[in-house]
Amino acid sequence: MTQAPHTLRGWLLSSDPQSRRQAHFGQAYRRWLALQRNPLALVGLAIVLGLILVAAFAPWIAPYSPILQELDNRLLPPSAAHWMGTDDLGRDILSRVLWGARITLTVVALVAVIVAPVGLAVGVIAGYFGGWVDAALMRVTDVFMAFPRLILALAFVAALGPGIENAVIAISITSWPPYARMARAETLTVRQSDFIAAARLLGASPFRILWGHIVPLCLSSLIVRVTLDMAGIILTAAGLGFLGLGAQPPSPEWGAMISAGRRFILDQWWVAAMPGLAILVVSLGFNLLGDGLRDVFDPKQK
Amino acid sequence: MSSLSLSSGALRRGGAAVLRLLVAIVLTLAGLLVVTFFIGRVMPIDPVLAVVGDRATEEVYQAAYKALGLDQSLFMQFWIYVTNVVQGDFGRSVLTSRPIVEDVLHYFPATLELATFGTLIGVCFGVPLGIQAAVHQGKWIDQVARFIGLLGYSAPVFWLGLMGLLVFYAKLDWVGGPGRLDVAYDDLVDPVTGVLMLDAALAGEWEVVGNAFSHLVLPSAVLGYNSMAYISRMTRSFMVEQLRQEYITTARVKGLSERRVVWRHALGNIAVPLITVIALSYAHLLEGSVLTETVFAWPGLGSYITASLLNADMNAVLGGTLIIGVTFIGINLFCDALYRLVDPRAKS
Repeated sequence: MTQAPHTLRGWLLSSDPQSRRQAHFGQAYRRWLALQRNPLALVGLAIVLGLILVAAFAPWIAPYSPILQELDNRLLPPSAAHWMGTDDLGRDILSRVLWGARITLTVVALVAVIVAPVGLAVGVIAGYFGGWVDAALMRVTDVFMAFPRLILALAFVAALGPGIENAVIAISITSWPPYARMARAETLTVRQSDFIAAARLLGASPFRILWGHIVPLCLSSLIVRVTLDMAGIILTAAGLGFLGLGAQPPSPEWGAMISAGRRFILDQWWVAAMPGLAILVVSLGFNLLGDGLRDVFDPKQK
Repeated sequence: MSSLSLSSGALRRGGAAVLRLLVAIVLTLAGLLVVTFFIGRVMPIDPVLAVVGDRATEEVYQAAYKALGLDQSLFMQFWIYVTNVVQGDFGRSVLTSRPIVEDVLHYFPATLELATFGTLIGVCFGVPLGIQAAVHQGKWIDQVARFIGLLGYSAPVFWLGLMGLLVFYAKLDWVGGPGRLDVAYDDLVDPVTGVLMLDAALAGEWEVVGNAFSHLVLPSAVLGYNSMAYISRMTRSFMVEQLRQEYITTARVKGLSERRVVWRHALGNIAVPLITVIALSYAHLLEGSVLTETVFAWPGLGSYITASLLNADMNAVLGGTLIIGVTFIGINLFCDALYRLVDPRAKS
């Protein structure tokens, strides 16, 4: 190798890593380099980072209060004072959109935290143990896959009562099956491998094999899947909000804001248009990033 | 002789596969019932109040409570629910006071009409786009196709619908507004199939056909964009894989035109998985229609479910949900069967 061994870059790209840590960092760096070559993925990454920053600093960035009503300023068109105009209660739409980023981020984060581990656990257990365990778990998975996602979420929210927490629960209940399917498929491909047999011969418990050997192998597909799923989760949450089943007023949830702006669509188009634009940009960001990550993580695509 | 024994063996294997499939279907359907029953029981809304109203006397309330079977054990309630559903009795809708099955049959054709047109649009634009993207892999058209596709995945359908109404109906007046027809054309055609364009065409009312079409174009375009995104993406990835195969090189070496290689040889080989994708996206449009129908005041199953939901009419919600679930399973199974039947590679 012609690379200087003493630079950080040389250390990361070394073809002969000295430690496990170096190998991990090296792999992550190579993936980052690959991701950098895809401009669309970088745009996606920028949008997602932007969402996180806006959500974190909403109270400082937002020029007005998201809930304070100023009835003198009803339905003003976009202007220098109100970049996105105001709604029917005189609230600044830009401020509401910025605060709404918090709700969106909370929903996707909570759903991801609930769904990914549940789906992963069900999938690896089904795949590893096989037999009737597999049959039973996969049948349950099929039942949940058989419902269209939004309709099942709709029915659950109707049963639990409207609200953002219940929307998160409903979306989670409807989102885990694909993860289980994916984790099961990954498990099946490595279950018969020699290294698993070796671990078993050494007396490793099933839990140890699953946690230490199989789960890490599923992680990269999981990350890609979660990122790509985020857009769908955002759209479902916004759809529930639009139908009046998600976050309740006066909370600035984007879907509910569109629904409220529907009455003014002909003359005050911005009330409904602006929050929709926010949904579009954010879910596009997650999709672009997920698409890029898939190319990086999945060598089969190349 | 040997071929005979082979075919009987195949027959037996096929029989076993059919049996397994049947067991799977029955189990999945049973699961659907458990889920809808469970949803119906955990809801905090009092189903009795939804029937008798909140000003009913104590006796009326108790009578309705008994009539709904709520005094029985949970297991008995489930049993009653299952026997009723198996007999096609989903209860009555509070909203329309008709049996749910009648309601669903009344509203389903409108949804079907919308989903069918949406899928047609998705296929007509999605397949060529995906093929072009695969042929010119990495070129600008590939990037554009990718971006259009991702945009379709990312846009909320209800917002697209609203913006579409604003631009194409209110400002430009190119298409009809919400609903299936202008008021002037209402009730001119007797419903036969429930699919309005078909009914109007059968009755020879071409003006009604035209008006129905102008109302159908926008909502189905919104749905179709969503399905186009999915179809073009899948077409591209199937096609990229085919174009790498050696038979494609052979066909080119043989001197076939590029058009024939792509549209005949490669496309022919991806036909089966592509049909599966199209069928799946059709099933997903049934779901997407919930929001689209709400925006366009389209009297389909989706708006029926949402309207019932907002009126706490759980019978209607669960009945509608169950029926969409069953349709979903049906389409999935159909794809599975088609795949196995047509593609010899899937048999092993």
